[in-house]
Amino acid sequence: MRGDFYFRTDRLTVGYDGRPLIRDIEIGLDRGQILTLIGPNGSGKTTILRSMAKYIKPLHGTVYLDRRSLEEMTNRDISHKLAVVLTERLKTELMSCGDVVATGRYPYTGPMGILSERDRQRTREAMELVDILELKDRDFTRISDGQRQRVLLARAICQEPEIILLDEPTSFLDIRYQLELLDILRNMARTRNIGIIMSMHELDLAQKISDMVLCVKGERIAHYGPPEEIFRKDLIRSLYGMTEGSYNPLFGSVEMGKPRGVPEIFVIAGGGTGIEVFRGLQKRGRPFVAGILHENDIDYHLAMELAGEVIGERGFSPIREETLERALLRLSSCSTLINCLQGYGEVNAMNRLLAEEAAARGMRIITGLKDLP
Amino acid sequence: MSDDRKGETGKIGAAFCLMTALLLALVVLNVCLGSFALSPVAVWRSLLSRGGGSTNDRIIWLIRMPRLIAGIVLGGGLAVSGLLLQTFFNNPIAGPYVLGISSGAKLAVALVMIALFDASRSAGSALLIIAAFAGAMVSMGFVLLMARRVSRMSMLIVAGVMVGYICSAVTDFLITFADDANIVNLHNWSRGSFSGISWDDIGVMALVVLPASLAVFLLSKPVSAYQLGEDYARNMGVNIILFRLVLILLSSLLSACVTAFAGPISFVGIAVPHLVKSALRTAKPLIVTPACFLGGAIFCLGCDLIARTVFAPTELSISSVTALFGAPVVIYIMLSRRRRSGP
Repeated sequence: MRGDFYFRTDRLTVGYDGRPLIRDIEIGLDRGQILTLIGPNGSGKTTILRSMAKYIKPLHGTVYLDRRSLEEMTNRDISHKLAVVLTERLKTELMSCGDVVATGRYPYTGPMGILSERDRQRTREAMELVDILELKDRDFTRISDGQRQRVLLARAICQEPEIILLDEPTSFLDIRYQLELLDILRNMARTRNIGIIMSMHELDLAQKISDMVLCVKGERIAHYGPPEEIFRKDLIRSLYGMTEGSYNPLFGSVEMGKPRGVPEIFVIAGGGTGIEVFRGLQKRGRPFVAGILHENDIDYHLAMELAGEVIGERGFSPIREETLERALLRLSSCSTLINCLQGYGEVNAMNRLLAEEAAARGMRIITGLKDLP
Repeated sequence: MSDDRKGETGKIGAAFCLMTALLLALVVLNVCLGSFALSPVAVWRSLLSRGGGSTNDRIIWLIRMPRLIAGIVLGGGLAVSGLLLQTFFNNPIAGPYVLGISSGAKLAVALVMIALFDASRSAGSALLIIAAFAGAMVSMGFVLLMARRVSRMSMLIVAGVMVGYICSAVTDFLITFADDANIVNLHNWSRGSFSGISWDDIGVMALVVLPASLAVFLLSKPVSAYQLGEDYARNMGVNIILFRLVLILLSSLLSACVTAFAGPISFVGIAVPHLVKSALRTAKPLIVTPACFLGGAIFCLGCDLIARTVFAPTELSISSVTALFGAPVVIYIMLSRRRRSGP
């Protein structure tokens, strides 16, 4: 990869004990951008990050930081430009959170490591940025995981780096702290013009926060590109070797596998009314047919992941006769109809006919899962 | 915020003053008490004569003073050595004695002493330090090899204790089968004692312990980085390999020097750093290193006073007394750590 990226790797091969784990990694990142590494457990995300921080020596290739090769930079040079937040639990002794954050000033303090007024000011700013100023005097071992992660981030920030590497910063955090942390990262990248490289397991969050995504699996990098290229159904399925369930790029989330078997339930839905019923049927392991749904309807996309069969119609168009025919045909093999609709509009008026036909045929008609036999 | 800091600095300053006062008190007690007791004024007058006058004067100048200074210098060195090892292994119960480093030094010193007794020469103190350093490095090397293989820190300690036992057993063999008039001396030394130290010895030990302790103090910055773990230290710009090497050399040198002069002394290296940190409510090396030196000196002087006076004229080995006070601290550390990391 050529070009003027602030941080880039050139045919980087990483591994341990001379055995290559991943070959020929080529990435480029500018300040202010966020790159996430996704991929299955044990695929080597941490190994890549550690190689990028010069913790382990690359087997081949070079990492460039500000146009200089990491290899020719001393730890001291690197410390001014690159900070890390690691996964391992930090064991501290009698250190307040303020003390932990202040260790980020290490590269800037004098030979005895005494903090100057400027160092204290930077420490304070970093703590304000991640909103942990009130934790300043609390013992680092006595705060929650989410707070700890933010303290470590503040530590990295007050090192005044151009690049921050984070190894799974969102693991162990509940959803609220995950969002807060990512919000801080996004802000920091923008306002302080810091480049961020991190590994993550949460695909939905990775899709939303990243500028670039690196898929790590196998000996070579599976894919590298902007999130809209990476978060595609087939790509995510093959990246994680998913045999059950599916990944939906629209929702950015995964769905459990479809219930197997011959459908005996027909669900009429639309406009999001079917979501609860579709998921409920999946949980109960009951196969179903969904219809008639417009292809631009949210229910259509979910039904595609969960239903045995979906009767669809082109978006924004009234339902055609032949589509109704297909639905009626499918209806005849079902014994129960779940009608999620409260009323009908112009484009889905055919669904009213469908429901009336079911009633005429004497099918069991219910409106929710609670009445399901 | 700055008021806060002032308050903290004040507290730590007060702690240092208190420790210095305690040390001075122990110094006075140590000179005055013993097989015969003297008033401080009499001691002062006697000191001015520099051992030139009566028998009392000579006892004070040639026996009590060197012993006292040895207690201060060696006790301080031992505590600092323990502090370094705890940082290095990231383990609060690491110390030169439990890791077998003192015992390795002891074995090497015993070997040299016996070899030289047989050649009917006496060993110079510099030679003893070199032998002790070699022994300490061999033990340290073994412990480091073990550290690579065992992931659990408690196993490392067990391995260290075993190394210590092996070295002590071999030393005992050597002493039992060595035939020399000085064997009584050797026996006393191998159990740990500050007795029989001359002014010449003081010169040598000061030349080793004081610069080494000063070096540790000057390393406060990288030590503080290392306290967060190797990975973070590296990211802060520390040259890890060089730093680890210096840490090992300094801690071995300190504990070797102590062992060469006073034999193996137990638990000071663990108990003192722990007590100092809990008392000062901080682990910052910039504060803790000098405090450990002071604390080690106080601890050893206090224990030596007890060893000399409680069952006078019979003298206890210094190690028995330090164990009596130090071992409970270790037990406390282990229990409190389990409680904190437990469910």
